Amino acid sequence: MEARYTRRQRRTVATAYLFLGPALILLGVFTFYPVVFGTVLSLFDYDVISPPRFVGLAHFRALWADRYLWIAFGNSMKFLLVVPVLQVLSIGLAVAVNAPLRGIRWFRAAYYVPVITSMVVAGLVWRWLYEQDGLLNYLLTRVGVLTRPISWLGQPDLALYAVMFVTLWKGLGYYMVIYLAGLQGIPPECEEAAVTDGATRWQVFRHVTLPLLRPSILLASTISAIAALKVFEEVYVMTGGGPMFSTYTMFYYIFDKGFQQLELGYAAAVAVVLAAATLLLSAINFRIFRQGGWTYY
Amino acid sequence: MPRPIALAARYAGLSLLAVFTTFPLLWLLSTALRTGGPVFGFPPNLLPWPASLGNFLTVWKTMPLPRYFLNTLVLAGLGVGLNLILCAMAAYPLARMEFPGKKLIAGLLLSTLLLPGHIGLIVNFVTLLRLRLVDTYAGVLLPGAVSVFGIFLLRQAFLTVPQDLEDAARIDGAAEWTIWWRIMLPVITPALGALALFEFVAVWNSFLWPLIVLKTPDKYPLAVGLLYLSGLFAHNTRAVAAGAVMMTLPIIAVFLFTQRYFMRGLTTGAIR
Repeated sequence: MEARYTRRQRRTVATAYLFLGPALILLGVFTFYPVVFGTVLSLFDYDVISPPRFVGLAHFRALWADRYLWIAFGNSMKFLLVVPVLQVLSIGLAVAVNAPLRGIRWFRAAYYVPVITSMVVAGLVWRWLYEQDGLLNYLLTRVGVLTRPISWLGQPDLALYAVMFVTLWKGLGYYMVIYLAGLQGIPPECEEAAVTDGATRWQVFRHVTLPLLRPSILLASTISAIAALKVFEEVYVMTGGGPMFSTYTMFYYIFDKGFQQLELGYAAAVAVVLAAATLLLSAINFRIFRQGGWTYY
Repeated sequence: MPRPIALAARYAGLSLLAVFTTFPLLWLLSTALRTGGPVFGFPPNLLPWPASLGNFLTVWKTMPLPRYFLNTLVLAGLGVGLNLILCAMAAYPLARMEFPGKKLIAGLLLSTLLLPGHIGLIVNFVTLLRLRLVDTYAGVLLPGAVSVFGIFLLRQAFLTVPQDLEDAARIDGAAEWTIWWRIMLPVITPALGALALFEFVAVWNSFLWPLIVLKTPDKYPLAVGLLYLSGLFAHNTRAVAAGAVMMTLPIIAVFLFTQRYFMRGLTTGAIR
């Protein structure tokens, strides 16, 4: 094999790997190795203090009967509802800011501000806005949507949706930018041709723009689904998983088991389950949007 | 609809949306600027009047906020520096050299974008324990020292550098490092700037990993410190709000001044 390369080529190869080396080592240790070792760790009991003890699939059997795992799993699945809503709204937003209007740059910036705001700050602010005697309740009772104030984060059947709303508020601008780039990559001739053929604006959007936007939809919905499955910070800041475990998500469970109770092997097993769910979801996403499962034409 | 009315309607719609995305932060600012009166209750006091900077002075003096600012700046500086150097190094051969294993490496890098990163949380903590890096800034920074997004962003930039430029340097007998440092990096400064911005924002706002790694409150960055303080000073919402404003303003200022870079970088890195 080596003989195929001249001396100069071999030097290029060496240089290339010297350039890549530091990054590859760090990624190897902190990104790729965890995938392998995490799976191995899930077969062990490990509490940091005593040496790891092999337990085989015991954790996975225990997980099957673990009430909290199923609560967390159910909540994480519900959290996925945020993904389609986020895509629809941010596509709409991207279309709205794609117009060559004066000052549109500032509107885009305003929509992007929540994205660069720290989740801790966003969580604290929304926790205050959601208070029983907070601004949101005042506005909603004033307009007549509510007859009396609601404890948004205090009610088990509402808290998760209240948290999801914050995720939505914070994510809109991010996905808007992805879709904006997608829209600007569509050659104007495509839409112009449809208009010449007498299509209405909605028809153009539905049958020309949206199908051409499919790569962006694939990208954004994959990113957003992965993010939804590992939601943690908004829950940690706003509800701490409560009330009555109603906002307890898979990632929160991993955090609790791993770093509060120091059952790292068990936490790794939960992480493996979540990883499997995530990969499955990404695969579904790819199937739908890449293979053209949604035929618009 | 006649044109002026349609245009006005569009602006009205856009403004309404802007209110939706910005009002929580405006409410935060208003809360922080008032010193007296209840924060909650009906009807709410929305206007920050009488306004004062009292809350800001209080948090700055009585809470360890200056310390958290300093910690965050150190972490952000180191994080940005590491990412710029390591990503620029890794992206260069991927863009401009042919070598065996290139496709494999590009594929592996791409796969990390789909990989659920959370599994790393546990294993990386165990790794840090073994390396005795728990409760150190090295432990906070190393797992995020190379961003795959950054590698792709810079690779894209390296691809656009004209071949003539490289050839001319090569004829002059310049070494590969010199070409990278003297010829390539100056040309891709805009992309480096964009990456620096993203990393700065990411480190400034980073919360979960520092929370796990750092055990000493004195070492906390702003995000972790602010939440810690919000627990200690739960009775003083206005002071915590002032702290939150101080944490947010710099990042918004940086963003408003560098918007163009920001948006362009985000889309080139994400799409292509």
